[in-house]
Amino acid sequence: MSDRSPTEGLRRLSDYEWEIPRDFKAGMRVPGRVFADDELMRLAAGDRALEQVANVAFLPGIVGCSLAMPDIHWGYGFPIGGVAAFDENDGVVSPGGVGFDISCGVRLALTSLSRDEVKPRLASLLADMAANIPRGLGGRGRISTPEKALRIVFKGGAKAVVEMGYGRSEDLERIEEGGIAPGADPTKVSARAYERGHDQLGSLGSGNHFLEVQFVEKVLKPDVAHAFGLSEGQVVVMIHSGSRGVGHQVCTDYLDVMESVRRGLAMELPDRQLSCAPLGSKQASDYMGALACAANYAMGNRQALMHWTRMAFEKHFGASERSLGMDLLFDVSHNIARMESHVVDGREATLCVHRKGATASFPAGHRSVPAMYRDTGQPVIIPGDMGTHSYVLVGRKESMSLSFGSTCHGAGRTMSRSAARKKIRGEELRARLEKEGILVMAGKPSLLAEEAPEAYKDVSRVVDVCEGAGLSTKVAMLRPMAVLKG
Amino acid sequence: MSATFHTIEHTADIGVEVEAAGVSELFEGAATAMFSLMADISGVRRTERRNISLAASDHVELMFRWLNELLYISDADEMLFSGFSVTVQTVPDGGVALEADVSGEPMDDERHVPGEEIKAATYHELAVSSRDGLWSARIIFDV
Repeated sequence: MSDRSPTEGLRRLSDYEWEIPRDFKAGMRVPGRVFADDELMRLAAGDRALEQVANVAFLPGIVGCSLAMPDIHWGYGFPIGGVAAFDENDGVVSPGGVGFDISCGVRLALTSLSRDEVKPRLASLLADMAANIPRGLGGRGRISTPEKALRIVFKGGAKAVVEMGYGRSEDLERIEEGGIAPGADPTKVSARAYERGHDQLGSLGSGNHFLEVQFVEKVLKPDVAHAFGLSEGQVVVMIHSGSRGVGHQVCTDYLDVMESVRRGLAMELPDRQLSCAPLGSKQASDYMGALACAANYAMGNRQALMHWTRMAFEKHFGASERSLGMDLLFDVSHNIARMESHVVDGREATLCVHRKGATASFPAGHRSVPAMYRDTGQPVIIPGDMGTHSYVLVGRKESMSLSFGSTCHGAGRTMSRSAARKKIRGEELRARLEKEGILVMAGKPSLLAEEAPEAYKDVSRVVDVCEGAGLSTKVAMLRPMAVLKG
Repeated sequence: MSATFHTIEHTADIGVEVEAAGVSELFEGAATAMFSLMADISGVRRTERRNISLAASDHVELMFRWLNELLYISDADEMLFSGFSVTVQTVPDGGVALEADVSGEPMDDERHVPGEEIKAATYHELAVSSRDGLWSARIIFDV
């Protein structure tokens, strides 16, 4: 494929939509559809991402198109930014469509503090959060969960973690699915995943995971921003983390299971990472039961991380987190598969929607949107990069027919980690960001280089395309003040 | 000849290509490559040993299981490994099997220089092949 011109074989449908026709690659059951402008398409076509969109279209029972959001880039199995829905009757579930970091996601906590109030105490606040929050390679969590406690978290998600004393019960209304992924079956999680999970709850991890103190630089949709409790100059905290070793092990275990299913059914797939099982089969049901456990662990993990963030603010501002207005705005998972109702060809159908580096973007009135956001649509939290911006978006009606109610999940990388390390020096980057008023703390300088703003696509362009295409609407633009990395 | 490896470009993740004179050495080289991404393994002492036995239907599946087995032990027991002695054999009734003796030590923040947090070895474009007596593998890791 590499000798094709970037858009050869593609059909442009509109300013922001491209079709990958079925003849792009023999074996595609449906076309691919990529939401991108010229520049983002040029970047997508620069690696293997489009081929991965085509590969997903090989999977049995795929409905509509194999989709890619504007932050699409080369992943493994599905592209990052990939969305695909499968019919409950003849479709499949594929662990490769969720990934190893099951329910990796983002949450945003509000404060009633202004940028000017936080700025003088920022360095000590960051140091305190760094001391409070385990992170990095092998970083153990602060909550020990022996087998029995782990089973409770696997079943109860963020609710179980709130009941352990980390946070408030009203936080749960502001998490997708109320903080409890349905259908969790702890008996479908291997002993190995239990072993990896017993001491990792409440740890940030490494790589692209982070905790950032940010401020609202610009409100872009005042009525919705008001409803979300966002105003210019206000300080907020963004937390990006996932299910740690539990998710990695669940995915590894079930890839093995799915690979034997694939072999048994003699299913021809272009990539073993796409191995899958028919929905309704024992293997698919077992995976869905384990997947929900890992998703619950991830939502619980972010709940604990937010709790310690609140504690750090309490200490530094001498007031309770409630009086500091530290309400949760919302918590979204961007690596997930869920059974959802969608209208297909005018009829309601139950589909297994895979979002691999994509976020649900449900509109006002949608049954999955919690009551307090029923009139606006769900908040969508989009982490950008540590040097520029992040965004809060709101779900939109058109996304239901365009993308099974999905939008982007971030900026998306454009530079490999090794290229970033060669080009950028971590310490220089830290100094540069500090000059721009952004404090950064990371376990190692090379990680800073890998996560440098230059290594990512322009997140503003990504969210503009999401808005232009009708997937979501911009509500507020956030700018980092302090960044904590693994 | 011991195995050689180099990293390959991948936008989001990290890949390696490994070459060796034999299949057993190839599996040793792949493990060395993976732990070299995770830490500077020249400083990892070989004070603890583990034995690993695995079977699979082909070399690709065996490579997937081997590397993820090591990641599981590393994550669950907070270990880094630097020594790998591997024997890979074809099983008479079909399939392949691996016996390994691996050595390393518990992670030590004071002495070990951390690298990437590897979530898993993926099946994406995972390849194991031999040509004119030279074995090679291509592995993409999720980081």
